[in-house]
Amino acid sequence: MARKARKSAGRKQTSRRVLVLVATRKGAWLYHGDGARKSWRADGPHFLGHTISHLVLDPRDGRTLLAAAKTGHLGPTVFRSTDLGRTWKEAAQPPAFAKAPEGQTGRAVDHTFWLTPGRAADRDVWYAGTSPQGLFRSRDGGVTWEPFSIINDDPQFREWMGTVQDGTPDGPKLHSIIVDPRDGRHFYIAMSGGGVHESVDGGRTWKTLIQGLDVVEGFGFDASKPTFHDPHCIRMCPSNPDRLYQQNHCGIYRLDRPSDTWTRIGRTMPKQVGDIGFPLVVHPRDADTAWVFPMDGTQVWPRTSPDGKPAVYATRNGGKSWQRLGAGLPANQAWWTVKRQAMTADANDAVGLYFGTTSGELWMSRDEGRRWSCIARHLPEIYAVETAELA
Amino acid sequence: MKVLIPSALRSYTERGETEASGATLGAALADLEHQYPGIRFRVVDEQDRIRRHIRIFVNGEQARDLAQPLNGTDEVIIVQALSGG
Repeated sequence: MARKARKSAGRKQTSRRVLVLVATRKGAWLYHGDGARKSWRADGPHFLGHTISHLVLDPRDGRTLLAAAKTGHLGPTVFRSTDLGRTWKEAAQPPAFAKAPEGQTGRAVDHTFWLTPGRAADRDVWYAGTSPQGLFRSRDGGVTWEPFSIINDDPQFREWMGTVQDGTPDGPKLHSIIVDPRDGRHFYIAMSGGGVHESVDGGRTWKTLIQGLDVVEGFGFDASKPTFHDPHCIRMCPSNPDRLYQQNHCGIYRLDRPSDTWTRIGRTMPKQVGDIGFPLVVHPRDADTAWVFPMDGTQVWPRTSPDGKPAVYATRNGGKSWQRLGAGLPANQAWWTVKRQAMTADANDAVGLYFGTTSGELWMSRDEGRRWSCIARHLPEIYAVETAELA
Repeated sequence: MKVLIPSALRSYTERGETEASGATLGAALADLEHQYPGIRFRVVDEQDRIRRHIRIFVNGEQARDLAQPLNGTDEVIIVQALSGG
């Protein structure tokens, strides 16, 4: 017994093996890390030539993968693997909007953008966000999908969603689907554009959650209207589900429930860097710690690393101050863009951080951002990076 | 009727040519779906519109919608648009 305990304690000090899931514009790759997270074995490409918007491992079984896919010419679908990507099977019924009544123009899913597994207690439940904005649910592990909640056809939501012209360049998106781990009827979702919304009754009704968020200045936009809000990425803190962080088109924010008012914590970022960006990552055990990857939001909005000097910025105090973390990254002339799903963390101690660039580079830090190293170069445009722990 | 399948859809059919039956293009695609589950949604969206980058030709003429009548001697060609990068 004593020997067993010592063995177990020894394992705890070793990092758990991490799998990095990389979704790109031209396929998907899996990177298997060793126990020290120092060497990585590439497994891929999977679906070469397909646009993979998101690739997620089911944390409830540690082996089921879902991939949101389309090609440039074919309709969208979801692929599913129950053996860590050795074999794949297409969803029998991918996310699709309801057929419009005769004489009306209905919407069609262009691509599934975001995948969120349900709570541990809700086995086989998944949620998907699409472009154009739609919310879908699967109750059989991703085999069949159906529209979820009132959002897809509600006239008010449709007005807030706007048209293709109101969204991001490759289509307006419903993203950041968050399920409260304490209550499977409590959801947050975000729309680009269309604001942030919360439901406490399983999606039957929703209320907007945009108070305190800024909108683009100088055009007279009414900040009380969700249509003018563009949340880029929202994260709930695993260690405190009442705390949310948000990277928005107009700054970095924090929300501590039950308050309904976001606080702009990005004002404390260095002025020359600003608080514009796409991804935001929260610490798995410390709700005061979060990381962002700032982008240039000046003049014509290049959305590249400010001054060509990429860095992650960390707060360790809920946004009161920020620390630049760029050691190991290029010192200059690196005009990177990191998309909203393309930065993540693992759950090790110290936390590993990972991000992928639109120029196809995959980077990681084993020490919470203090030092960075490159895992892979020359990949296609990276859309999403997720991690999973293998047993 | 004979249906020619583009390379992007051969993961479903495993060949470039197959057979389908139906009095309309919609019925023929339903028959294809029955034979090769999943193929229809890659070609036609949930509003029954032929997808933006897909063209379907019947005896060399472009079909505009699924109501296009067919008979057993017609040749249907599904083509993916030559776009992208």
